[in-house]
Amino acid sequence: MLAAPLWASHVAHTGPDTTHTTEKITVDGERREVVSPDGASIGPVWFGADGRFFLGADGRLGRDEMVRLMYGGRTSLLIGVAAALITTFLAVVLGLLAGYHRGWTDSVISRAMDIVWAFPVLLLGIALGTALAVGGLQIGPLSISSGSIWIPILIIGFVYTPYMARPLRGEVLALREKEFVEAAVAQGAGPLRVMFGELLPNLWSRIIVLFTLSIANNMLLESALSFLGAGVQPPASSWGAMISTGTELIYSAPLLTIIPGTMIVLTVLSLNVFGDGLRDAIDPRSRVRLEAHAGTFEPEREGA
Amino acid sequence: MGRFAVRRLLGMLLVLFAISIIVFLIFNVIPSSDPASRIAGKNATPQLVASIERTWGFDDPLPAQYWTMMKLIFTGELISYSSQLNVDEQIWKGIPATFSLCIGAAAIWMFFGILFGYLSAVKAGRLTDRALTILTLVGISVPVFWLASVLLYYLTFKVQLFPSGGYVPLTENPLDWAYHLILPWTTLAVLFIGFYSRVLRSNMLDAMNEDYVRTARAKGLSERQVRMRHVLRNSLIPIVTLFGLDFGAVVGGGAILIESIFNLNGVGQYAADAISNLDLPPIMAVTLFGAFFVVLFSTLVDIAYAYLDPRIRLEAASR
Repeated sequence: MLAAPLWASHVAHTGPDTTHTTEKITVDGERREVVSPDGASIGPVWFGADGRFFLGADGRLGRDEMVRLMYGGRTSLLIGVAAALITTFLAVVLGLLAGYHRGWTDSVISRAMDIVWAFPVLLLGIALGTALAVGGLQIGPLSISSGSIWIPILIIGFVYTPYMARPLRGEVLALREKEFVEAAVAQGAGPLRVMFGELLPNLWSRIIVLFTLSIANNMLLESALSFLGAGVQPPASSWGAMISTGTELIYSAPLLTIIPGTMIVLTVLSLNVFGDGLRDAIDPRSRVRLEAHAGTFEPEREGA
Repeated sequence: MGRFAVRRLLGMLLVLFAISIIVFLIFNVIPSSDPASRIAGKNATPQLVASIERTWGFDDPLPAQYWTMMKLIFTGELISYSSQLNVDEQIWKGIPATFSLCIGAAAIWMFFGILFGYLSAVKAGRLTDRALTILTLVGISVPVFWLASVLLYYLTFKVQLFPSGGYVPLTENPLDWAYHLILPWTTLAVLFIGFYSRVLRSNMLDAMNEDYVRTARAKGLSERQVRMRHVLRNSLIPIVTLFGLDFGAVVGGGAILIESIFNLNGVGQYAADAISNLDLPPIMAVTLFGAFFVVLFSTLVDIAYAYLDPRIRLEAASR
């Protein structure tokens, strides 16, 4: 069910931004207005209207809440995944460079990350979000207009980079002392070959776990930014932005807040559980630790 | 010890400088539109834009622009052009509420984080641990602002258990102060309770396999003493470091969300209002001060900590 946003356009009867202020629908054989003259919108009608306005409409504009939920979920998931890809890419490259070259390359990269790290994540996201929300972004040939969802994607991807690059750098520092690196260098492999051919495969398991957890974090950050108005810009919607519009009506239509939030919680929770399970499955250390403690695993003593 | 402190403080100054440059870049250089009209806000007139351009010196070279911006922020001359209010004064006004919120929440999350982490490590693999693991996972998966609005709806509107927001100064009425803050404290703490208990749990499980624990057991200490005095104490070290970072991050982050929902009139709410109006000067100042506070606080924690744990200053000296 959480993946429903992926085929949103096939099941939706209307667009996510389409307003239905003057329309009437038939609910269980009874004609009702989507938005009544005093501005209150229709509540959940469930299957009463052949699947239209399943969860009612969202306030004065009378947009179909269920349709918005699916399209909004699309945005949230896209931002989560795309930003995680950016973070992973940057973090892997920076982590490998810093960990492999050490010396001043490491110093420069680590200090730069310390500075980004010093900003509270949300605050940095807000600063970038508001600064770019007005004017858009233009770096060389790359031009992004101010309403594009690529802005939150880039911001979130960038902001979380140090949080992933640090553990990877530590891992690389430890790995590069191993014999297989020495062997590769002895065979005449250059730095790039060693980094991407030898070290990277050894990092994969760690990267996959971090990647999964990072999607979860990204979605939470996206929702917070959109809630404050520094993330996805209207008319585009995301679950966070939907909560933001929902809270304005929380006393008359609490479901408009509760439903998108529940979607976020369920999605993020599944990602976190999945990431945790993945870590236990892939990272041998954590499994040994757990089982050793529960008494089901007898740790081998090395050269006692 | 003295040398460590001095070096750490010097490092801090450098980081603060770097942060101020980044803030300058974010607001004045990276975006592609005209900075003066962006700063002017929504109801910008050509006259206002022109006067901002003069005050901020947008025709000057970048270093001069940077200097002007910092001067405006630090001398308290920064004005929000949409509300005509002095930014620094507004921030000062909001500080008591923000700190009341953050300190209270921090106390709650440290207490429950450590309690849950400890219980879950001691009962690892058993029902208590499973239940706490699920609970903490939910805790780190919930968007705080959503939790806040839902709690606000159910506990202040459906069941009128708590006041629906607002801030009462501590000096005015301590009881009312706490009563108004219980809900914000709890919501803000949830995420960190989840996070800290998870970290503590895995640290404690690691520590239990250490040699000093075996020694302590061999000495004939009771299991309880081993856990409290040896395992827990050593596992708390990373928690303290985390706390140094997170407390600062909450002052400049989570507080924005919570304050705007509970109407606490602190720095966070000021920032949230500015964001929804895309009013840049307050956001600049809050970002800069927020990041400064994080760095300042984590430096202080580091120094206090090096004083308590000699290994840390030795490690730093040998680097």
